Amino acid sequence: MNEHEAVISVRELTKRFGTFTAVDGISFEVRRGEIFGFLGANGAGKTTAMRMLCGLSYPTSGSGRVAGYDIVTQSECIKRRIGYMSQRFSLYDDLTVLENIRLFGGIYGLAPGAILRRAVELLGRLGFRREARTRVGALPLGWKQKLAFAVATLHRPEVVFLDEPTGGVDPVTRRQFWELIYEAAAGGTTIFVTTHYMDEAEYCSRVSIMVDGRIRALGTPAELKRRFAVGTVDELFRLLARGATRSE
Amino acid sequence: MKRNGFWAFVRKEALHIVRDPRTMLIVLGIPVVQLLLFGFALSTEVNNLDFAVAAPHRSEAVRQVVERIAANDCFTFRGYVDPAQIDRVLRTGRADVVVAFARDFDRRQAEHLRPGGEAAAGMGAGPAVQLVFDASNPNTASAGAGYLRRLLSDGDAAAGVEMHLLYNPQMKSAYNFVPGIMGLLFILICSIMTSVSIVREKETGTMEVLLVSPVRPVGIVFAKMIPYFVLSCVDLAVILLLVRYVLGVPLSGSLAAVVGISVLYLLLALALGLFISTIADRQATALVISAMLMLLPVIMLSGMIFPIENMPRILQALSCVIPARWYIEAVRKLMIQALPFSAVLREFGILLAMTVALVGVALRKFNDKLE
Amino acid sequence: MTADRAIRVEGLVKRYGTMTAVDGVTFDVRRGELFGLIGPDGAGKTTLFRLLTTLLVPDAGRAEVDGFDIVRDARAIRARVGYMPGRFSLYQDLSVEENLSFFAALFGVGERDNYDLIAPIYRQLEPFRTRRAGKLSGGMKQKLALCCALIHRPSVLFLDEPTTGVDPVSRGEFWEMLARLRGEGISILAATPYMDEARRCDRVALCDSGRLLAVETPEGVVASFDGELYALSGRERYALLAAARAEAGVVACYPFGAEHHLTVDERFDPAHFRQHLAEAGFHDVELRRAEPGIEDVFMKRMHHE
Repeated sequence: MNEHEAVISVRELTKRFGTFTAVDGISFEVRRGEIFGFLGANGAGKTTAMRMLCGLSYPTSGSGRVAGYDIVTQSECIKRRIGYMSQRFSLYDDLTVLENIRLFGGIYGLAPGAILRRAVELLGRLGFRREARTRVGALPLGWKQKLAFAVATLHRPEVVFLDEPTGGVDPVTRRQFWELIYEAAAGGTTIFVTTHYMDEAEYCSRVSIMVDGRIRALGTPAELKRRFAVGTVDELFRLLARGATRSE
Repeated sequence: MKRNGFWAFVRKEALHIVRDPRTMLIVLGIPVVQLLLFGFALSTEVNNLDFAVAAPHRSEAVRQVVERIAANDCFTFRGYVDPAQIDRVLRTGRADVVVAFARDFDRRQAEHLRPGGEAAAGMGAGPAVQLVFDASNPNTASAGAGYLRRLLSDGDAAAGVEMHLLYNPQMKSAYNFVPGIMGLLFILICSIMTSVSIVREKETGTMEVLLVSPVRPVGIVFAKMIPYFVLSCVDLAVILLLVRYVLGVPLSGSLAAVVGISVLYLLLALALGLFISTIADRQATALVISAMLMLLPVIMLSGMIFPIENMPRILQALSCVIPARWYIEAVRKLMIQALPFSAVLREFGILLAMTVALVGVALRKFNDKLE
Repeated sequence: MTADRAIRVEGLVKRYGTMTAVDGVTFDVRRGELFGLIGPDGAGKTTLFRLLTTLLVPDAGRAEVDGFDIVRDARAIRARVGYMPGRFSLYQDLSVEENLSFFAALFGVGERDNYDLIAPIYRQLEPFRTRRAGKLSGGMKQKLALCCALIHRPSVLFLDEPTTGVDPVSRGEFWEMLARLRGEGISILAATPYMDEARRCDRVALCDSGRLLAVETPEGVVASFDGELYALSGRERYALLAAARAEAGVVACYPFGAEHHLTVDERFDPAHFRQHLAEAGFHDVELRRAEPGIEDVFMKRMHHE
């Protein structure tokens, strides 16, 4: 396993719905252990692009590989090697912490013994031992997010897709969440984050900014700020997005 | 609320309904489909019953009776069987009913035809004709039995069988179902739809904006009810037209009385919907409450399908609090028995009291706070 | 009641069962002020809004909006405030026009009566007049909701997380509109979970777990940060975090964008710190003094709680 090996590589990926081109020939690579921020306004094509990477929809043209598998012909293999977490839905509120872990471990085909071992290890790491039998609905939002991330990485996926993961939590909890992400990345897991909150982007090792279905900027936050002579990724984003012609 | 504000509200509600073609289709389509289903397809009328005959002597009199039964569309003759085999015939499903003639059928029939013979026949030893039914479906069996008895008693045929069918001489089940369907549909449309539409506003957060405005809750509630009330009246008209011209129910009573009590029932159903909306926070909850608390009891306990007189006492008592019971009873009296409005005063009074009570409770609960 | 206060809140308390959602909150909003309520989900912002818009009755304390008591004069308050709750306060199946005319009728005003107030916002919506609200983009929905909340020219405007779920460009535009409304003499109380929006306000209240951590101007909040703040960066971010925390004089170390922020006490020596890290194998480390932001203040106050 090579640190510079591309875990996600995409060439001229395009998705059309009728006459509307949602994703317009995007190309990029994400290396192992990177935290890649996939930025764009509502309607820029982020979700469509991510769906293709996860094997949930087929590209109209172009090609891509995720975790070594082709996104068109081997989407089933991809699904087993990625994790997914969104802010909207990730855990069942009416199941306990342990029941959620068991459920998702089972979905990803882990053996019951392995699930239990990892659950114990995970609960210890998060400091959730005493809450193992608490219903997820009763946990504070920040805890839920941490748990959701832990569950999304339970099967040790090569890539984790995070869809706007940290909206609305307090700054302390948010940082604890990013520490989890750093930890996973340091352990060799590749993180793919979509968000339209630019302060979140500053945490990423590299970011891409999508406008109207195309990638308009790609690089480390520091590089981009230098290249476009702006102070923050937020400013850069506004600079690029002001020219956008479509929304949602 | 200013008057133009009120009508703006009504207009808005009407737009919600019109913008949702699926709901419109359901609301206007359900009555038609239900009536046609119950009226034609799902009747409890007896059709295609197979009958066999067990007769020790195949005499001329026996043959005449058999021919008369076989000539009827509802019964198909499946041949003669050995009286000892009746049980087997029914079990194997060769026939649904066996008509068993007594050994002395000819003699008793002859006596019966003599003047003054009826009294003598009544004293005969055992029945002249026995009907042995496969009663695993009791509805079919009892309906079939009634029908057969009538056939046997027609004209000069059987000894001592006399039966009168009142109000529904053809025993058409559609007649019975029409009031039931009306009772069910109005609850469906008014209660479920009003409760869901109010709860939807709670769910999406628009209710908060409405409450933080000079509108009074009463205004919100009535503005919501009006479009649904109008829609239900359209349904009422559709149902009555269908009943009269498609199902051919005579609507012999006073049409005004039927419409009057139906409108009262509509108001009651709207009040019920409003009441549910004060309990439920989510559309799904409102639906479940409506379905569990109203649909099932209406179907089971209102007398729509199962006669109330046959229920255990406790269920009979329970059925008294179900508005549909009183409505269905009243509509039966008015529509099918053709009784005057004065005959349903009791039902009307009960429904009126229920409506007033429900509106009162619902308005009290529907306050302008979020708690 | 002094006339220059649009909102006055004194020791307001609201409990749900054993949970105290608003826990003795005191602050006031001046007339024509753009006041930000900044805090995470669950800080009690929404409950506070519902108390002030008379949708809830407090368990203790009192509050006045535009000079009217929130318990006694609920009706009077409702006639003079505008309210945008959470995310969906529009009818998605009605068109832009229909929404606007409905809300105008609801408040008993004509659509054109206060057109001057909403015109600059509504002009952007005009091309989509007949489009259903549900088909608008997030930013456009927000603008329409704002128009609807303004249609009766309220004296106080309550906006509960108006920018949640909206992209940065629309968020910026939205705050610019609010700044302009303040010029029209409308007092605004706006809640947001985004710390970076604090600088858009005249004054802010930082809130967490039902209490206020600070009520200040944005500059005042930042100036209240006592002690020194350092920014630390390096390639091995995660390892660096743990290593920095183990050093003497480091009170807290947390990720902050591309860097880590360090709050320190008097024992901290930058030279020693660099040397120790170098010895531990971190060769590309950069350490510099940093200006604290609202978020740093927020975290520090949270730690003190």
